[in-house]
Amino acid sequence: MSLDKSDIERIAHLARLDISEQEVPEYAKSISSILNLIDQMQATDTAGVLPLAHPLDAVQRLRKDEVSESNQRECLQQNAPAIEDGLFLVPRVIE
Amino acid sequence: MEWETVIGLEIHAQLSTKTKIFSGASTAFGAEPNTQACAVDLALPGTLPVFNENALRMAVMFGLAVNAQIGKRSVFDRKNYFYPDLPKGYQTTQLAEPIVGAGYIDITLDEGDTRRVRIHHAHLEEDAGKSLHEDFHGMSGIDLNRAGTPLVEIVSEPDMRSAKEASAYARKIHAIITTLGICDGNMAEGSMRCDCNVSIRPKGSTTLGTRTELKNINSFRFIERAIETEVARQIDLIEDGGRVIQETRLYDPDKNETRSMRSKEEANDYRYFPCPDLLPVIIDDSYIEAIQQSLPELPDARKQRFIDEYQLSEYDAGVLSAYRPQADYFESVAKRTQDAKLSANWITGELAKHLNQHDIDITASPVSAEQLSGLLLRILDETLTGKIAKTVFEVMWKDGGSADEIIEAQGLKQVTDTAAIEAIVDQVIANCTAQVEQYITAEPDKRGKMLGFFMGQVMKLSQGKANPGQVQGLMKQKLDALI
Repeated sequence: MSLDKSDIERIAHLARLDISEQEVPEYAKSISSILNLIDQMQATDTAGVLPLAHPLDAVQRLRKDEVSESNQRECLQQNAPAIEDGLFLVPRVIE
Repeated sequence: MEWETVIGLEIHAQLSTKTKIFSGASTAFGAEPNTQACAVDLALPGTLPVFNENALRMAVMFGLAVNAQIGKRSVFDRKNYFYPDLPKGYQTTQLAEPIVGAGYIDITLDEGDTRRVRIHHAHLEEDAGKSLHEDFHGMSGIDLNRAGTPLVEIVSEPDMRSAKEASAYARKIHAIITTLGICDGNMAEGSMRCDCNVSIRPKGSTTLGTRTELKNINSFRFIERAIETEVARQIDLIEDGGRVIQETRLYDPDKNETRSMRSKEEANDYRYFPCPDLLPVIIDDSYIEAIQQSLPELPDARKQRFIDEYQLSEYDAGVLSAYRPQADYFESVAKRTQDAKLSANWITGELAKHLNQHDIDITASPVSAEQLSGLLLRILDETLTGKIAKTVFEVMWKDGGSADEIIEAQGLKQVTDTAAIEAIVDQVIANCTAQVEQYITAEPDKRGKMLGFFMGQVMKLSQGKANPGQVQGLMKQKLDALI
């Protein structure tokens, strides 16, 4: 399977990656080769095989419903570029 | 052309756990912004989710209450999209292997008909944070306290055929989750949110029309109004030769209209995949059986019991059993007063009226079950007339206190002393000579009606406190003696 320029641009947009015009052919080539490998795997007969949700043969452990986290807002907001009234500020988004 | 409406509902219910679905941060409502958002909720690098056992238990309770298959193996998936109130860049949810499989509930319509609505599945997922768009110098403020709050999303089949059916279904789900105690059901605060998928098709057709999804609906009344408005829009559109496009529309209750939301570009490409940070959740029969044993009495069963045990009407039993705190309140009053009908009348009447007017939940009612019982007991022992009882209720609602205290303080005790009533009756007869004359000369079958006038005069003079039964008897006796 080979991807063209518009596929790459769409994937980059969905992943919010800013890639340059020059990088597109290289991405197209490398992602296509990954998809070729997947094509090979797709050819294997997997009828009767359950899809794998996780590679480990283990079961999810559960946590008791008890509050274990205290307010660390001051510490956690030290990294934020902009805060006000305890809120994180981000470029305006509106639906 | 005659059109048929087809509706499916997606209901999100916030689970009443103490902590988040994947972290130990508190979910208490109303905290200062970001004081309940820990490193996991903020998606800081190196953090890992650990699943809350109570969220699992509550989802299984719901599944059992709606007659559903329980997923003994369920898997969390990532739903990828970018929005600032979702710091991870994906929502952890369930797609192919949800915790609750196919089930159903029966809804009762106004005419008493029942209709079965199938539930496609229900899955566990995390809530997002909140974005605030006002007053931040052109920026948006983000509060992540809600991020990671456990939700169960309940997806119905497109089995509903009218706005009324859709709201009856939503009310039933509300009754179930509040009875189970897994969600507080507060729609105004967003604890239960409802999206409606609406389409129309020519009556008799079996293929589905193109649907629109209505969002932002936060009351049962708005569910009905939003659907009715959207159905009218779709019919107009199609009959004018247009076509419905699949989109998300926002319901505006102020203008009573739906309008297109700016569609997110490529919104449907969520690129789901199993979450590698979480292992499959495996539960066994004994786990499910233990939960089954611990389920409280569900609304349908309670309604039936109210009919059988208290001889309530179908309607009263339905209203009272729909909300667990109200059902508990009723049972408490009915047990104390031993008069279920009177208790039901006051709770669905005077109390409900006051609660609605002041927008207060019954759990915060200023008049407790004990206070109301005290009042009803005074009606039953004829200390109070029904009319005066309403006055006592008003005082109780405003200033508190027991019925006996209010009756004593305000001198509202019903007058049952025959001599006292007789004196008032005599006074009325003396004052109303013209009417007495009319009564005497009237045809015998007209007199019954005329008695009402004299009754009213006595009640007025006694300020509503005279026992109506005694007044009627005495008045009739005295007037008839004059004939």
